[in-house]
Amino acid sequence: MAILEILEYPDERLKQESLPVEDFGTEFQGFVDDLEETRLAGPGAVGIAAPQVGCFQRVVIVDVSKMRKPVPNHGYMVLVNPEITQWEGYETGREGCLSVPDFTGNVIRANRIHLVAKDRHGEVIEFDMEGFEARAVQHEIDHLDGLLFLDRVVSRRTDVFRRKVYKGR
Amino acid sequence: MSNWYMITLVGEDRPGIVAALTDKLYAAGCHLGEASMIRLGGNFTIMVMVRSDAAQGELETLLAEMAQDMRLRIHVDAIEGGLHRHLEPDVQIAVHGADRSGIVARVTNVLAKAGLNILELESDVGGTDDKPIYIMVIDGQALEGVEALEAAVQPLHDEGIEVSVHPVETLIG
Repeated sequence: MAILEILEYPDERLKQESLPVEDFGTEFQGFVDDLEETRLAGPGAVGIAAPQVGCFQRVVIVDVSKMRKPVPNHGYMVLVNPEITQWEGYETGREGCLSVPDFTGNVIRANRIHLVAKDRHGEVIEFDMEGFEARAVQHEIDHLDGLLFLDRVVSRRTDVFRRKVYKGR
Repeated sequence: MSNWYMITLVGEDRPGIVAALTDKLYAAGCHLGEASMIRLGGNFTIMVMVRSDAAQGELETLLAEMAQDMRLRIHVDAIEGGLHRHLEPDVQIAVHGADRSGIVARVTNVLAKAGLNILELESDVGGTDDKPIYIMVIDGQALEGVEALEAAVQPLHDEGIEVSVHPVETLIG
């Protein structure tokens, strides 16, 4: 087990698209353990994606089960080759990132998603997720596509006017 | 470069104000920090942190000509402070209602007594001259808990002020 070095913006590698995992062997298992150790070593991160440590494979870890205020969750998840197959609703929330120290911003994400992925051993898993957990998964999957939350930040002002419009006021 | 200054700028809005100011500062070797720049009621306003080796008077002189040319008022203050001192908000409060005298004072006093530390406040007046509406969004820290703020704003609803209090949980991923 090892704590891996986190790539920090503006490291160009964070913009790289990651490739699907095909080999679920010993080396990959060791990497997943290191990735989790790295997540836990960070400042309260609820998720981490492989490219954040310079490994451009489609694997993320999400765990929102230990929030101060509990939120609906599926516990600790290793998501390999994750695909969001359905989106519903949207919500603004505040995000930060291990790869972007000392900045947080508002980002719009889907409220509810349906997710298909493989577990760390290659078995297919599916989840319906909502709220904070769905947000975390979308944030991490963005990393696999070379996107940071910085690419999606919106201003509060924008948010107010959106809310006005969509509440029909 | 160890001196931090806060430059405050106000003037009638027109294109090119930001470009003119930042160009002057850049040419003089200044480094910009956090900033707020926004049009308010036809004026353009800037508050920007600037780091520079120059003395306060030198910065004032540097900007004087531009201020005169563009009819801007520019003020330079030496400040204590620096970058990377952000505080994370744990609550957002949205307020809207018919605009009337005292609404900001009423709401912010209630919130302050219930332990709110305001980190950022954006407010606007929309609607029309006949029927102005007031909108305010505050990000802050609930020093006595979000529940204390929720309880405190309840009486405001009876006064026709819509106040919603949302906990903010910042996702780090």
